Order: sequence, then structure tokens, then C-alpha cells
Amino acid sequence: MTGQPRGAAFWILALVFALFVLFLYGPTIAIVLLSFQGPDGGLTFPMNGVSFHWFAKLYEGVGVVDIWAAFRRSIRLGLVVMGLTVVLSVAAGLAFRRRFAGSGPLFFVTVASLIVPSICVSLGIGLEFRLLDDQVNAMGGDFPWLVDGFTTTMGLFTSGLGAHLTWTLPFGLLIMFAVFNRFDRSYEEAARDLGATAWQTFRYVVLPIIGPSLIGVALFGFTLSYDELARSSQAIGDVNTLPLELQGLTTTVTTPEIYALGTVTTAVSFVVIGLALALILWARRRQERRGSDAGQGMV
Amino acid sequence: MSAFGKTSTPYWQALPFALVFLLFFVLPLGLIVMVSFWDYNGYQIIPAFTGQNYLDVFDGCIADLPDLCLTFATYLSTLEFGLMVWAITLVLGFTVAYFLAFHVRTLTMQIVLFLLCTIPFWTSNVIRMISWIPLLGRNGLVNDTLLRLGLVSEPQDWLLYSHFSVVLAFVHLYTLFMIVPIFNSMMRIDRSLLEAARDAGASGWQTVWNVVVPLCKPGIAIGSIFVVTIVMGDFVTIGVMGGQQIASIGKIIQVEMSYLQFPAAAANAVVLLAVVLLIIWGLTRMIDIRKEL
Repeated sequence: MTGQPRGAAFWILALVFALFVLFLYGPTIAIVLLSFQGPDGGLTFPMNGVSFHWFAKLYEGVGVVDIWAAFRRSIRLGLVVMGLTVVLSVAAGLAFRRRFAGSGPLFFVTVASLIVPSICVSLGIGLEFRLLDDQVNAMGGDFPWLVDGFTTTMGLFTSGLGAHLTWTLPFGLLIMFAVFNRFDRSYEEAARDLGATAWQTFRYVVLPIIGPSLIGVALFGFTLSYDELARSSQAIGDVNTLPLELQGLTTTVTTPEIYALGTVTTAVSFVVIGLALALILWARRRQERRGSDAGQGMV
Repeated sequence: MSAFGKTSTPYWQALPFALVFLLFFVLPLGLIVMVSFWDYNGYQIIPAFTGQNYLDVFDGCIADLPDLCLTFATYLSTLEFGLMVWAITLVLGFTVAYFLAFHVRTLTMQIVLFLLCTIPFWTSNVIRMISWIPLLGRNGLVNDTLLRLGLVSEPQDWLLYSHFSVVLAFVHLYTLFMIVPIFNSMMRIDRSLLEAARDAGASGWQTVWNVVVPLCKPGIAIGSIFVVTIVMGDFVTIGVMGGQQIASIGKIIQVEMSYLQFPAAAANAVVLLAVVLLIIWGLTRMIDIRKEL
């Protein structure tokens, strides 16, 4: 197709695509603009002056909700989910390169986790931890110290972490499948032939080659956790993450303050995405530069 | 590597991954099924076998026919959303994927435009829903424009917190789930097939309909499964964009949980799972049948 002049079909499709992109980004641009609304401005256009008023109000806190604590919780959880998603996905990706007993069912479960409605997963995890709580409380008869001050086993880094991983890990594994499908195994064989141990082969041959893709896995891990709402909703216990607080605020806050909050969280997402994409680009360049010393003679 | 190392390696490599899904997916779903057969009262769940929860889910569903009971009505309304969102995202997603796969000429440009579609997926869904308020609200941009153009005489209320805004938000949030698998299928199509079609005298439409679409079926199926199951199980989008006024199965489950009626919520979740599985089964079958023809 290359080299030919563009036909009418191209321009029509290009227009559809442009409109689709406008549809994707337009609303977000609208709330970013409106978050700089003047102190007397409302939830809609026109802009009534330009100010940082609503960001200042946001900084002081939104009503009774400690939004910044929720923000910090979401970031912390996001980072932990990101780390675990990368490590577990790579390990599982390596395992899936060979057929092993149970590999079929494990793959099926992983894909099912993407498709099963989040409310069901959330309900299940919520139930699981409630039943666990009952067990702990029942054991309190024999071991009073166990229930001393005990409220629940549910929490950010127990049930919440698990709920998020059921959402991020499938993406991680699917990316690893794509990565290892294109991976040339002769590099590994060469390393082994040269006497490298399994760990050395992984650390010095496999990891540098798949490195840039792992940044992609990390990006999915962090952003999907940072914005996760449906699976956390019933499975996080007493504390709330940022998206949960946000959902509550949609019905109670009627000032541009909520747009300011939207702008801040979207900015965080964009910084993370930008950082990840820049890192991937940098890693790819570095790979091309240093990947091969063929033709450079013996040093 | 020893012979032992070779055979056991995949197991410990996959173990942590498998444990996460065992603890936080398989076991919880099993518990839902179990608890759906348990009894409950105002403040606790009672581990005694009963089928009452399922009877409650379908309470009056047969007796009241032809009037629809709550469960049937809710499923029907959710299915309606699903069908509409599916049709729109399919056409839109296919068009966008087709443009990216066949009309964008360089790989770099393909990656850039593809990322442009993907980036919103990595930002907050709730924020993306809220961001429709300044556009669709009573005093929003759309109403303003319509009024100024004289197309309407008063602000339109059906734009926000309505069925329309729910469908719009679903399309806005989830068209990507159609684009990615269809684009993936399209990139695997051997370009010489398209040339062959052209050489054989096929028009652009004929090529799309008789060559591209059949070869994209796996992608279309995967995208359809994603979109339809997301809509069926949704409670956040319908809640926020419907102004908490439109019923959905997810919402029913959520409300029952907030009243600590876990066995009732579990029974509803099991029924929802069964319906979703049935839809997936239907979608995959549809494709297999076509492959036979």
C-alpha cells in the first residue's frame, strides 16, 4: 500500500479516528480547564475568571473526607501491586514457556479473572475475609490474646492487595506471553553453552532483553491498581482508596473542587504514563546501542 | 541443570502466581457458591443449607408473568445496555482498528496513534465519567450549543443521568477493549490476501466484508466477550452516569452486601455468573458455527 496517493477512504477514516480521539480526550480537557475556575465559578462553562482557588481548597481537604490519606494509600498500594505484578508475571511467564501439569487450568483461571464481573470477585473476597474473621474470633476462646483489639483481617495489604492482583496479573501474564513468543531462545542456549548457570542466564541474558517490556507490565500494574474501584469496593475493609473516595464524592461535592481533584489524579496518571513511556524508549535505544558488538573486533 | 531441576522449575516459577489466584479468585468464587445456600438473619449468616436465597432471587418471576419481576426486569434492562454498547463499540472499534492497521503506513505512527487510544485506559474511570458533567449537564456545553443554535427551546434533561449518558460512558470507557483484539487480528492478516482480493476485482467494501471481517473473527469474539461481560457486571458506571436511579444486577448485589445480606448477594452473584458464562458460551459457539460453514 505504501507510496500510493491517499484515497477518499483514508480521509474518511482519518476523520473518524480524529473524532474518536477528541471523544476520548475532550471531556478530560474540559474538567482540567474548569478546575482553574474562578472562586465564583460553577460546575459548567463559561469560566468565571481563572484561579487556583479550587486547588487551594482541595489542599485544605474535602469536607470530612481525608482525601490525602486516601491518595497516599492508593500510591502505596499501587507501588506494591506494581512490584508484585512484575515479579509474579515474569516468573509465571517463564514457567509457561514449557508445558507443565496444571498449566492449562492456570491459564484458564487467569483469563477467567479478567472476564468474571468484578462485583463477584469483590463479594467473594469480602466473604472470604469475613469468614476468616469469624474463625479468628471463635479461636479467641482458647487464645484471648488473639482477639485482643482484633477487628478484622480485611485491609489494604491483605484483601485489597489480593483483589487488585486478580485484576493486574492477567494483563501482566498476557504481556509476558507476547514477549516470550518473540523471544529468540538461541540466546539462552548460547549462554548455557558458555557455562552460565540458570540464574546467570536469566540475569545477564534474558532480563536485559525483556527489560523494556517489563516497564510496560509495571505501568499496567501501577495504573490499574491506582484507579481500581469495582474489585476494591467490597474487599478493602475500613479504609478507602482514592477511587472509592472519589466515587463517594461524585454525589456530595457540587463545586469545581472535584474537578481539581480529577485534574490532580489525572496528572499523577499522566506523569506515571509519561515516565514509563520515556523509560521504555530510553531502554530500547540503549539496547540498540549496546545490544551487539558484532563487527567491532576483539577488544 | 540437573534433570530434577528441569522438570520442577516451571512449578516453583508459577507457584506464587497460582497461589494468588487460588486465594483471591478460585476460593472466593467457591465461597460465594457455598454461602449462596446458607441462611441468614438481620445481623449474621447462618451455615445451614437452604435454597431460599435462590427462591428469593426469582420471587414472583413465574407467577407474575407476563409482568416482569425485579430480577427479570433488571436483567432485561442490563442486557439492553449490553446489546447497544456492544453494537456501537464493535462498529467504532472495528473502524478505528481498521484505520490503524491498514491506513497508517509506518510502524512508529501506528505505535503513536495506538498509544493515543490506550493512554486514557490508564487513567481513572470515575474521573472520566465525571468529566461528562460540564458537557452534558443542564447548563452544559451541549445544551448551551443546542439552545444557541435554536435547535431546542429549553435545556434537555435526557443528556445526563439517563440511559443515554450510561451508554455514552460505556462506549467512552470500553471501546478500547474492542480495538485491541481486533487490531491484533488485523495485524496478523497476510497483506497479499488484500492485494489478491483487489486483483480479483473486489471493491473496498467487498474486501473488508469478505476478507478482513472473517479473518478478524477471533478478535471480534474476544472484544465482544470483554465488552458484554463488563456491562453485565457493572455497577459503577450505571450508578454514577445513571444518577443512582437505574437498576443493575451489580447494584442489587452491592446494596444487599451493605445490608449484610451476604447469602442473598451470593445467590444473585451466582445467577449473574451463570448468565455471563451463558453469554460467553453463546459468543464462542457463534464463531465456531461460522467456521463450520
